[in-house]
Amino acid sequence: MDAITTRIAATGTDPDTGYTSYRLGGFEFTRDEYFAHVSWPKGSHIIEIDRFLRAMVRDIGWGFFYGWIFFDDIFGTTNHYGTVDLFAGAYDAGYKAKGLDHLETFPAEVVKEAFETISQNWINEGYDPLRAPLETGSPLGPKTVERTDELVRGFAAASRMLGLEGEPPVRSDATGHPINRAFADLEFDRPEIECEPGFEGQLHAINLFDHIARADVTWNPSFTAVTGASICCVTSEEHMLPVIHGNDRNEWFVQLTDEIHWQIADKNSGQPRGTIVMKAGDVCAMPADIRHQGFSPKRSMLMVLENGTPGLEKRYASGELKPYPVDFG
Amino acid sequence: MAYNTKVGSLDAYEKGSIELADDLRKYAFSNIYEVAGKSAPFERVAVVQNLEYVAETVRIEGDSPWYAAPHDEFALVMDGEVTFRFVKLADDQVPGHEGGAVRLGGVPNGPNMGRVTARRGHQVLLPKGAAYQMSAAKPAVAIVQTRDGPETVKRWSEICTLA
Ligand SMILES: [Fe+2]
Repeated sequence: MDAITTRIAATGTDPDTGYTSYRLGGFEFTRDEYFAHVSWPKGSHIIEIDRFLRAMVRDIGWGFFYGWIFFDDIFGTTNHYGTVDLFAGAYDAGYKAKGLDHLETFPAEVVKEAFETISQNWINEGYDPLRAPLETGSPLGPKTVERTDELVRGFAAASRMLGLEGEPPVRSDATGHPINRAFADLEFDRPEIECEPGFEGQLHAINLFDHIARADVTWNPSFTAVTGASICCVTSEEHMLPVIHGNDRNEWFVQLTDEIHWQIADKNSGQPRGTIVMKAGDVCAMPADIRHQGFSPKRSMLMVLENGTPGLEKRYASGELKPYPVDFG
Repeated sequence: MAYNTKVGSLDAYEKGSIELADDLRKYAFSNIYEVAGKSAPFERVAVVQNLEYVAETVRIEGDSPWYAAPHDEFALVMDGEVTFRFVKLADDQVPGHEGGAVRLGGVPNGPNMGRVTARRGHQVLLPKGAAYQMSAAKPAVAIVQTRDGPETVKRWSEICTLA
């Protein structure tokens, strides 16, 4: 499909709530005190506003991530790495059957600009959707004052390893990242690096747990180590992943501390398949034909291993690669 | 409220659960402490495979052979204390195979670069162009991010929860 080259447009401001409504292509976005409303020529959908904003700012920050980002079962984005689909009901059996589904493809920067514009207008001071619910204010109610700080942050991508010269720094008190309350019981020491003269800067090690424990964002990975196209992303997880991730490739989780409950469903139909509970030390693949959503009762540390090889999504979509990673022989 | 962070160790870990109406082989669910608990020292057992890339669980106990790879690798220590020693390789000593660690015949000729001592949560660069040896006085566990290579051990049927 050709990418539509329209841009987001404001369509009016509600005199009572103060929030502005927007149109992007055939999609319209409106918020009230409690909900976001998304409508398209054949239908409309309502999403709880906290969930909607938590999903939207992460989708921007992730650069639309790998594959499908479902804000809920109905509305979301698909990343084609250059263009992005906005869809409604396109991966829901019921909407599909009734012909109510809708999908439009835009240049990625158009969707980014649209989501930034909506987020800026719909997020009030005192509410930070990247933080855990216990650590921020409420998004409910009429418009008050817009935030002036950056809405999106925390995705510091290393190209080789975090903390090396020329790479993003490891989080610390000096970078403004104190240890999170939920990891205050851990002791954090540093690896000892003893370098022989002449090899300064060539040996490197970090306290990765310390870096994760200092994250002021949840469900927002940072690249810490890269081997070829194999990317180690680490993230602090608390409460629920505010999106459902539909994989366009296989990805892997290594649970570093505590536990996360993952609900697994078929990617195309949304049909539930069951639950995986991952505890510290557990390793599990997320196959390329599922969608998944995580729930972390206590803030936990998760390592995600992604394969960033360009074009991989097309090789899975075409069936050239199997939608699961391991050959049991 | 005070929080109690749960970490795992060789001696004390709790494996989660996988209850799905699907072929569990697609998820390859394992636990690194369980894998390391049943491994010989320095077996590099794949627990993650993403096409040509793997992550290996390694039980570190005593002194390992010397290894080198034609690319960067990274070790994340998950239990115990591990000392990594490094020797600089000349260009013609860097292994030329496609990927993964290879075992060297002995201590490589070359200048000593130094060492890193790491404990749970520490991530260590195993840089291209260096050979390394891992040592631990007491059994320790690390996950090594690397490529599928000649030292990578595959025993998925034994390590994964399949029913
Ligand atoms: Fe995911």
